[in-house]
Amino acid sequence: MSKVRVATIWLDGCSGCHMSFLDMDERLVEIAEKIDVVYSPYVDTKEFPGDVDLTIVEGALSTDHDITMIKKIRKNSKKIMALGDCAITGNVSAMKNLSGSEAVLQRGYFELADENKLGRVPSEVVPKLLDTVHPLHEIVPIDFYVPGCPTPADAIYKAITDILEGKEPDTKELTRFGK
Amino acid sequence: MIREKARVKTFKINGTDVTGKSNQTILEVANDHEIKIPTLCYMKGLSCVGACRMCLVEIKGSHKLIPACTGKIKEGMEVETETESLKKHRKFILSMIFAERNHVCSVCVSNGHCELQDMSVELDMKHSSVPYIYPKFEVDASHERFVYDPNRCIVCTRCVRVCNEVEGAHALDIIDRGINSKIIHDMDEPWALSESCTSCGKCVQVCPTGTLTEKGVSSAEMVKKKSLIIDLLEARENRDRK
Amino acid sequence: MIHTLEELEEIAEAKREKDSETKEELRVCIGSSCLSLGADQIEKDLKEEISCRGLKDKCKVKGVGCNGLCSAGVLVSHIDREKNSETMYGNLGTSDIKSVAEAYESGTILKEKLLDPHDPFFLNQEKIVLENAGYIDPNDIEDYIAHDGYFALFNAIIELSAEEVIAEVKKSGLRGRGGGGYPVGLKWETVAKVDSEQKYIVCNGDEGDPGAFMDRAIMEADPHRVIEGMALAGFACGANKGYVYVRAEYPIAVEKLNKAIKQAKRLGILGQNIAGSNFSFDLEVRLGGGAFVCGEATALVTSIEGNRGNPRQKPPHLSDYGLWGEPTILNNVESFANIAPIIRKGGAWYAGFGTEKSPGTKVFALSGHVKNTGLVEVPMGMSLRDIIYKVGGGVPEGKKLKVVQTGGPSGGCIPEHLLDIPVDYDSLKSVGSMMGSGGMIVTDDSQSIVEVARFFVEFCASESCGKCVPCRVGTTELTNILDKFVAKTATKEDLILLQDLCTVVKETSLCGLGQAAPNPVITTLKYFEDEYLEAIKND
Repeated sequence: MSKVRVATIWLDGCSGCHMSFLDMDERLVEIAEKIDVVYSPYVDTKEFPGDVDLTIVEGALSTDHDITMIKKIRKNSKKIMALGDCAITGNVSAMKNLSGSEAVLQRGYFELADENKLGRVPSEVVPKLLDTVHPLHEIVPIDFYVPGCPTPADAIYKAITDILEGKEPDTKELTRFGK
Repeated sequence: MIREKARVKTFKINGTDVTGKSNQTILEVANDHEIKIPTLCYMKGLSCVGACRMCLVEIKGSHKLIPACTGKIKEGMEVETETESLKKHRKFILSMIFAERNHVCSVCVSNGHCELQDMSVELDMKHSSVPYIYPKFEVDASHERFVYDPNRCIVCTRCVRVCNEVEGAHALDIIDRGINSKIIHDMDEPWALSESCTSCGKCVQVCPTGTLTEKGVSSAEMVKKKSLIIDLLEARENRDRK
Repeated sequence: MIHTLEELEEIAEAKREKDSETKEELRVCIGSSCLSLGADQIEKDLKEEISCRGLKDKCKVKGVGCNGLCSAGVLVSHIDREKNSETMYGNLGTSDIKSVAEAYESGTILKEKLLDPHDPFFLNQEKIVLENAGYIDPNDIEDYIAHDGYFALFNAIIELSAEEVIAEVKKSGLRGRGGGGYPVGLKWETVAKVDSEQKYIVCNGDEGDPGAFMDRAIMEADPHRVIEGMALAGFACGANKGYVYVRAEYPIAVEKLNKAIKQAKRLGILGQNIAGSNFSFDLEVRLGGGAFVCGEATALVTSIEGNRGNPRQKPPHLSDYGLWGEPTILNNVESFANIAPIIRKGGAWYAGFGTEKSPGTKVFALSGHVKNTGLVEVPMGMSLRDIIYKVGGGVPEGKKLKVVQTGGPSGGCIPEHLLDIPVDYDSLKSVGSMMGSGGMIVTDDSQSIVEVARFFVEFCASESCGKCVPCRVGTTELTNILDKFVAKTATKEDLILLQDLCTVVKETSLCGLGQAAPNPVITTLKYFEDEYLEAIKND
């Protein structure tokens, strides 16, 4: 039996959900028998591959690059799982929407910066911030939602095994917004 | 004014025969029979306003949905509380509540003790059906013991009602209308400057979310005393009887 | 103080005699629309001109309520009682008054300002509610009495029983003119049967729909008619107290009503033991603070009580639990204005107008892209096409009609191909709109339908009271999505969301306003889906 091709990606989030993923501990071995991780911060692949069965996305959409990525992911993935509150609701990432990008840049690069040798906000290499941070489903259709901040390892395990068994992931008992 | 004498009425909820007193609401009878109908703005002991629309039910023969919290029971009526369309509506309306303010659970002091959060689990609402609105409200932390964060408010008006109906102070009410509706103290004064607030804290205890909270407590400690109002009302009744 | 029909007749006679002393009249329309064009100055100037020319004894200058043709304001009519003739001038400004007076003095006609009283605008109307509008002086109770005013009330109190009054209203088939169309007689009968010491009669004059000004005109032109209708309701249902709830944006209507109530009290038509009977009825005007939602029955009553005007869940209905918890009749201005003629001439007479299920006439406020904007009263059942083309004169500048919005912001948009439907409660409902209070906004084909829908939805969003979630959040979400359609940046998903939102807001909102708020979107989606599809960007 060929393994299920799984990608994971971390957009505008804190990586907490990816940490939580690793907290599955020995269950990772069990899952690894069934899946091939074809793209992920855990592995060294540069380009997002084609023909992915399931992409697990952590984080909200905050930059033009995030938008490009999520559209590419949608095109190349049979199923997408929004993992964690940032991907589902915008969560902390979307708190920027209350003040706007300018205020956030000002705070980050000047008010709180120990040093800023450029003396300005960087505009090259780093992607451009969007005016509004979006949860994934506002930009592309999403198949599964597994909330949590970060989503507990048990819920991630249950979600992945449910999906591998061809079921709708049921994580109601294990996680919720903010858990 | 018509005042009916309390008589026993028999009717059906989800096909099961139930009985209640004629002055009871559908919700009260359902609760008596351990039939769970979701509620957010309802609170036992306070007047019912039917604002959150979570407890909407279907009545056979009527095309209008009515809230179980205000709907009086009728002999022979057939109530449905869990049809597919009701479940769909509730989930959608819950989405609207999440979308209208800034409910960021992970940074909220009520995380883990929030009725809105619980409702998302109860109704299996895992993402919002409607776009987030992102309004911006200033937090009022002027009171020495309490904090008011309108960003987490669902305008259920429990605080307004408890202050008016139980404490008798009516220090709280709503300013503006529609999406801009906002709970205020007195004439929109900072809480600390409210002359009618008695600092009794009942509003904090009835607030279903992290809108009204105690100062200086962790999210593990911020557990609302939900039985407070009923205990208080019962104590008053007992005192009056003596 | 008058106690008998004979005494009432004496007042009427005396007034008629006094009027007949002057053979001619110059009537200046002082309705709000004409006032905004300087009608008060025109009335003053004209009085001066006539008096300077020494014609005061021959001709009386008198301010009257709206005659309907607002688009041709300011209007002045010259009535000659002996010749039984009427010459009507329109589009007058203050600078025209000298010429009007000159023409009058020399017995000539000011041709360039002449309007034809036999214009189809006037000929196709049937005036019951507006029978006095444009004829009598709203400031003068005697003028109302001289035009059969208060005879219905006195006759009912002296000759009829409460049941007979209700029977007559039931026979007329009159349905609530505020929009819902609930039979007025039935409503009265319900409250009459309730055993309660205290009942209330409330008149809804909180006309808030954009493009609706029927009730304003009635209150300004003929305030006593409303008072008489309310007093009759009080007599029929055993209520001794009434409130007229008028929006504060109608200062002239408020002034006229207050004056009229004062006059009626002075003559003993309102107050204790009316017409020597044991029926007493007192009336008060209450001002609305400018919230659209206060036109909703339960919100209105809450507002009168002095609270924030939020609606509450029904049932209980007002007939059980209304103002201050007492049984209450709430009808709108036009409904009450129909009562006196029904009692005077009989329910059967009234039922002879209109259609079987929607008897009588209805006042509409025509506005938007139509030649004759203004007030019209037509028999129920007239087709929309006839109202707009025959009475309204059609769409100006040779443009084509696109939609007609009836029923205010919560009504629906009716497309051109359905214009032949008869205007009655049930037909309008069958095409997804409603009668509403009578606003009729015509839109020509230069308008984007999405923008029309957005306008009405935004109105509902800004007027939502915010009590229940679906209306508070849903109307704002609807507005935001329609913004994307207006900007042509919408997606296919937005269209689905738009439909879902419409369904939820309609089915789950607490009061009628929320439940009806998506109607303009629902109807335009039904009839103009292609325009929505065109607004979806191709990715």
